[in-house]
Amino acid sequence: MASVALENIQKTYPNGFKAIHGVDVDIQDGEFLVLVGPSGCGKSTLLRMIAGLEPVTEGVMGIGGRKVNKLEPSERDIAMVFQNYALYPHMTVYNNMAYGLKIKGLPKSEIEERVKNAASILELTDEQLTRKPRELSGGQRQRVAMGRAIVRKPSVFLFDEPLSNLDAKLRVQMRMEIKRLQDDLGITSIYVTHDQVEAMTLGHRLMVLNNGEVEQLGTPLELYEHPASLFVAGFIGSPAMNMITSKISSDGKTIHIADDIELALENGGSADHTNRDVILGVRPEHLELASGSDDALPMTVTVVEHLGAETLVHGHFGNDMTDLTIRKSGILQVKAGDILPTKIRQDHIHLFDPTTEKRINL
Amino acid sequence: MIENRPFLKILAHLVLILGVATVAFPIWIAFVAATHDEDRMSQIPLPLLPGSHFWENLDIALNQGLWGGDGTGVAFMLMNSMIMALMIAFGKITISLMSAFAIVYFKFPFRMGFFWLIFITLMLPVEVRILPTFEVVANLGMLNTYWGLTIPLIASATATFMFRQVFLTIPDELLEAARIDGAGPLRFFKDILIPMSQTNIAALFVILFIYGWNQYLWPLLVTTDQDMYTIVVQIKSMLESAEQAPEWNLIMMTTLLAMLPPVVVVIFMQRLFVKGLTETEK
Repeated sequence: MASVALENIQKTYPNGFKAIHGVDVDIQDGEFLVLVGPSGCGKSTLLRMIAGLEPVTEGVMGIGGRKVNKLEPSERDIAMVFQNYALYPHMTVYNNMAYGLKIKGLPKSEIEERVKNAASILELTDEQLTRKPRELSGGQRQRVAMGRAIVRKPSVFLFDEPLSNLDAKLRVQMRMEIKRLQDDLGITSIYVTHDQVEAMTLGHRLMVLNNGEVEQLGTPLELYEHPASLFVAGFIGSPAMNMITSKISSDGKTIHIADDIELALENGGSADHTNRDVILGVRPEHLELASGSDDALPMTVTVVEHLGAETLVHGHFGNDMTDLTIRKSGILQVKAGDILPTKIRQDHIHLFDPTTEKRINL
Repeated sequence: MIENRPFLKILAHLVLILGVATVAFPIWIAFVAATHDEDRMSQIPLPLLPGSHFWENLDIALNQGLWGGDGTGVAFMLMNSMIMALMIAFGKITISLMSAFAIVYFKFPFRMGFFWLIFITLMLPVEVRILPTFEVVANLGMLNTYWGLTIPLIASATATFMFRQVFLTIPDELLEAARIDGAGPLRFFKDILIPMSQTNIAALFVILFIYGWNQYLWPLLVTTDQDMYTIVVQIKSMLESAEQAPEWNLIMMTTLLAMLPPVVVVIFMQRLFVKGLTETEK
């Protein structure tokens, strides 16, 4: 068990490309931190720097209070699970798990005990331990890769998109197993993914990365309820948040959305923000069907998606063609061309500055 | 096959049989010649059916040699050839494994430069550099030794290149996993790279063994002492007996003996050989 401290970590490749622009984070002992972002955002690079597979250009990397910048991966007391599992194809499952321990020079009995223990945690049978990796299914290989990490009894687990090679059903199952395993073992874990559902369900905290910069760091619900930037707002949550280019009125109390649609701001708005362009964000579940018709915003329906448990209605307000999504649980009988009376939950709107793309707090 | 006409089938088989016959006929002639005595072999037409002197010829070729025998025969030459072929095959594999390892996994100045230096030796086979190479070997006092026979033939660009390609297909994650497991470069080489290239090593062994076994020009140059002759050199020198008619029965018997080891290697390593050249799953 150990904490992991990153202090102004930067990465510049020899060709001058700057992959990571200064990351600061303190990961608590036993915490599950998820690094999430689109491909190419630097999340894997950051993880590989923690693992010691990629040199750190600048900053201080600490694991368990020890500066590890110059240490070899094997000296950092970490274990890593790779996206393609990286099992040694010519070794049996048992030897795959035992290899690192053999190199460490542990006695045979100890190795056997640790491997057997890991196998029972991961529900791998004795028969499977004698097989070669290619004779196993994807899910089983994934377990072996995790077993190889567990037997090392590391202070920190590093996961590099471990579930992306699995089919959807198995992914959900393994996701739960990883969560349970991390809870049981209480080992500090850092998990890289581009899948926001994985990120939301697994992490105690999430770090959203974009172009090598930290967009936001916080618990899943903090990120969901108070996204710090347009990027986070659009990245977290599916279907994505509705974004409407709008304008705050000159008295700062209402916001002009489209055509002649005005929306009163909660608590009467703010005197600091008047007469300016903003981007209004509303999550699909906070765009609701209005019962009364007086203050309803008429939405023209373009596409209806029936998912069974919920219905997604796509449409737009009047002549403003911004595509909007309503998420309504249950089945909603509407069709394209209908005009639905809708209302925006004023307590759940998000405002962003169109130039800096940062959140505006009223 | 989509077409299924008997005529095409017969034609295809005819072509195949013709091909097999073309390849097999000279070998059959050699075998037949090795089963007759000297007198029969000097008459025309040459026999097409086996005679009854096979064991006798075998005994003479192996143990007595030509012309009444100097008592040496070619048995020890088979051994020379075997030692030479094995040394060349193992030497080439070892050296090229190591050089490919260095080129693929280590970053050092002029890495690609070294790779191309190795690569252009493809353009300099022994035949091209034969005089300087002979000079070097002679100055090192390696004439009439196994070292002299093998060392100049060991450096191999082809094998280095092949192992480089094999290593390049091994995913980087394996190296990273090994690093996290605490394996240093040599351990990674021994525990992971070599076992993973096993089939390629076997395939290469077959090719290189035959290459070494069939060497003619180089052994002819560096061996002046009959004790160091290889069997391939011996076959040629048997033809050059100036005064007498060549003893075709013994020459062909020696040829058969010389063909045997490569055939055995191919047959026994066939499965690995095919796997090594075709298998891509890593």
